[in-house]
Amino acid sequence: MNSKSMSNTANARFAQAAIDELGWWRAHKFLFLRRASQLCVLLAFAIGPWFGLWLLKGNLSSSELLATIPLSDPLATLQVLMTGHWPELSLLLGAAIIALFYLVTGGRVFCSWVCPVNLVTDTASWLRRKLHLPRTSEMPRNLRYYLLAVVLLMPLFSGIAAWEWVNPVPVVYRALLFGAGSSLWILAAIFLLDLFISERAWCGHLCPTGAMFALLGKASPVKISAVNAKDCDNCMDCFEICPERQVLKPALKGKNPMITDSDCTQCGRCIDVCAQRVFQYQNRIALKAENNQ
Amino acid sequence: MNQVNRNTKAKGVNRRQFLATSAKAGCAMGLLGLGVTGVAKQSSHLDPLAIRPPGALTEDDFLSACVRCGLCVEACPYDTLKLARWFEGVPTGTPYFTARTVPCEMCEDIPCVKACPSGSLDHSLTEINESKMGIAVLIDEKNCLNFKGLRCDVCYRVCPLIDEAITLERQHNQRSDHHAMFLPTVNSDSCTGCGKCEHVCVLEESAIRVLPTHIALGKTASHDTYMNTEETTLEMLNKGLTL
Ligand code: SF4
Ligand code: SF4
Ligand code: SF4
Ligand code: SF4
Ligand code: SF4
Repeated sequence: MNSKSMSNTANARFAQAAIDELGWWRAHKFLFLRRASQLCVLLAFAIGPWFGLWLLKGNLSSSELLATIPLSDPLATLQVLMTGHWPELSLLLGAAIIALFYLVTGGRVFCSWVCPVNLVTDTASWLRRKLHLPRTSEMPRNLRYYLLAVVLLMPLFSGIAAWEWVNPVPVVYRALLFGAGSSLWILAAIFLLDLFISERAWCGHLCPTGAMFALLGKASPVKISAVNAKDCDNCMDCFEICPERQVLKPALKGKNPMITDSDCTQCGRCIDVCAQRVFQYQNRIALKAENNQ
Repeated sequence: MNQVNRNTKAKGVNRRQFLATSAKAGCAMGLLGLGVTGVAKQSSHLDPLAIRPPGALTEDDFLSACVRCGLCVEACPYDTLKLARWFEGVPTGTPYFTARTVPCEMCEDIPCVKACPSGSLDHSLTEINESKMGIAVLIDEKNCLNFKGLRCDVCYRVCPLIDEAITLERQHNQRSDHHAMFLPTVNSDSCTGCGKCEHVCVLEESAIRVLPTHIALGKTASHDTYMNTEETTLEMLNKGLTL
């Protein structure tokens, strides 16, 4: 209780306890690794058009790894299928590869470790914390599944892959790789929405790409687990930082310490900011095998 | 009994609430979907000077298929293709080129088509000379130098299908009365729409332009059966119809 009131007073720096306890690096480890991963994926695409080193061609919508392996966004591919157009095999294969990858690694790993929009929404949320804006979020979280349904139904009625007009996820990539800077207004809109209108509005409530990956990641073996839930001192720092904070309580207070909710983006920030080291990445399958021994 | 009652009551409220929020959310998303579709439909009218890459399906089919990956753009060795940005008159993220700036160089192996994973560039196009990116139209007979009786001929000579897609039609020059004029004339059946003619036209604004096929070509009404004028005329004469 004591530490809770302490960290909630405006002058204490956020997650100071973790920084004191573990040092700055360990209290920011996964944040740093995540940014590095986001940057690396972007660079893997960008060194092609920038320096002529063709590791990956295309962008997040569809690409080619080393001029052989196709990779494509399952949502874009589904939209194309919904228009009634039968694409080349490479698009379908690419979507299958990506879907399989996130099935194994955990769906919303895409959101926190790859998606460029995450940078924008994390920044908005950081600024929200700095400016002490109220933590209001009136939108229902399942809006994204409705939007996902709408995105998949739109092409059925309109005959065009309409969501790709405004989908912010590939916009950053197109802007950087193909110089399409004028599309960045969409990101500015998302930033303002997240900052002033509703907390974590885009990634936490609306994004259909995130919704699709959440569905894909339901069965994935990689999870975050509150392994030391008994050490939790209720400082609330993880609730403060988590983009999907509704997933934390069942793990901290319930019987199963594993965060099984597929909304969890597996960003690992809860591990970072916890001075008590309550959370850890865990492999569900390895764990089961161990228990069965 | 009491307990059961309370339970069902609680459930009922929850379900009602759930249905209400669901309906609200559904409506909001439906409206959003309509909005996005509206924007998409609105901006799906292609700027007539923006030409699609070789093998592109008809505009509607193209827009349903293209995932806007830019693989075609990166495959083009001549920097012909661009991915459209917002507010550019071309649906955002889709590939196009502006013939006046950089025309299509008609690669024999058509790398842009091969690269396209979605099939919005039709992979059955294997002979580049059969592509129909658009059709060149000599749009300004007033300023074209050949129409003025000069021998510019630049568009004619640069055409990869010279004397096939574009010919010079000799015509008496009414103005000087003893010279000939050589009028650049596009044969719409052979023209590939590569845009090389538009690219090189010596005028400040090109007198010859590649336009999307649906703008460049007229269309016979489907109920019109008199396709072959000569025969139908004969037929009518034989039947004694008045002309
Ligand atoms: S929710 Fe959507 S926008 Fe946000 S990080 Fe995930 S994919 Fe990107
Ligand atoms: S045929 Fe060649 S020059 Fe023309 S658009 Fe395709 S890749 Fe570019
Ligand atoms: S390669 Fe095909 S799907 Fe990709 S941008 Fe070009 S036309 Fe569209
Ligand atoms: S666009 Fe011009 S250069 Fe190209 S085939 Fe047609 S007439 Fe020839
Ligand atoms: S290049 Fe231009 S001016 Fe010269 S003949 Fe062709 S259309 Fe006319």
